[in-house]
Amino acid sequence: MNGIHDMGGMQDMGPIQYEKAEPVFHAAWEGRIFAINSSLRARRKWNLDAWRYQIEILAPVDYLRLTYYERWLEINEQLLVKHGLVTAEELATGTPAAGSTKAVQATRISGVGRGIPSSHDPTVPARFAVGQRVRARNSNPIGHTRLPRYARGRAGTIERDHGVYTFPDTNAHYEGEHRQHVYSVRFSARELWGEQASPRDSVYLDMWDEYLERA
Amino acid sequence: MKALESLLVEKGLVDPAALDLLVDTFEHRVGPRNGARVVARAWVDPAYKERLLADAPAALAELGFTSGQGEHMLVVENDSKVHNLVVCTLCSCYPWPVLGLPPVWYKSAAYRSRAVIDPRGVLREFGTEVGEDVEVRVWDSTAELRYIVLPERPAGTENLSEDELAALVTRDAMVGVSRVTAPGEKA
Repeated sequence: MNGIHDMGGMQDMGPIQYEKAEPVFHAAWEGRIFAINSSLRARRKWNLDAWRYQIEILAPVDYLRLTYYERWLEINEQLLVKHGLVTAEELATGTPAAGSTKAVQATRISGVGRGIPSSHDPTVPARFAVGQRVRARNSNPIGHTRLPRYARGRAGTIERDHGVYTFPDTNAHYEGEHRQHVYSVRFSARELWGEQASPRDSVYLDMWDEYLERA
Repeated sequence: MKALESLLVEKGLVDPAALDLLVDTFEHRVGPRNGARVVARAWVDPAYKERLLADAPAALAELGFTSGQGEHMLVVENDSKVHNLVVCTLCSCYPWPVLGLPPVWYKSAAYRSRAVIDPRGVLREFGTEVGEDVEVRVWDSTAELRYIVLPERPAGTENLSEDELAALVTRDAMVGVSRVTAPGEKA
């Protein structure tokens, strides 16, 4: 989706606000929603791609207005309701519906793992080879995609084959994993931004097979 | 927020002890000190550096840093000809196991929007001048690969121990927005 989250190349977003000796969490509630988010994710009711899409479809004004962890709070509440783990009424009242307590056992989470499957799968063929010239497709899907607008239609070179990964564009919508190769693709800064860019510079993006065509 | 947590606890959807453990892990156990140890080891041990650049997850595991289940880490090296900078324009992808959770500026619209179109301007904002003869490579973390920059070892640190070197390495240098400076050197 051509949403507000796809920020690469936008201008006038102001100076970078740098905080010295920044704490990991700025308030206790940020740590709690971070941990709740991880715990709920581990239940695997929704996948990482669906989770990202839920953030992307926040109204643009909300996306910009909310702080990072406020977005997390908002979309976790949305996902809980959407997947039937909590009702809107329970969220509003903070009280479990009669008979709904301890319906399921909470899973104890201790690791940092994000549950991304292995990238080694010799049965999935690579459509492109290292050194090959490619062009990012010009496409504008309404759903989730990890192909940023600024790269669409631009030509680059395959620098590395990262192996096989789940395709987010379908996985986010529970339309299958469609595992395929992901490549590191080098785009010259001038190809992306024109003459104003330094002739030496480049941007590397990781791109799924289906995002690319032969240049 | 408290209401949400107590609701989820009452419904058996989260375990408060597990939440405490997660918060504690990211406040105290996982953070840029992990990455700094990796960088210092790579500076003093060329064979380790070679392994780190070739297969970062395995090299990180040697130091006890495991990167989850199949999440792939890549280390990109700065030298006199190349300066690397890491961003996630679409969200906030960041190498948690070695750097911890990202700072607010890394997740901000200002950084995410500008790092790809004006990396030299962004670097200047961090006080980092990169010469016209140096190639700036920006890594936009659009997939499940996570990037960490191996900064250049500053001159004048030949006699420092691995631990002393690790103490010089900053989070910002491993994202690529700044350089590592020797003790007493101006950034």
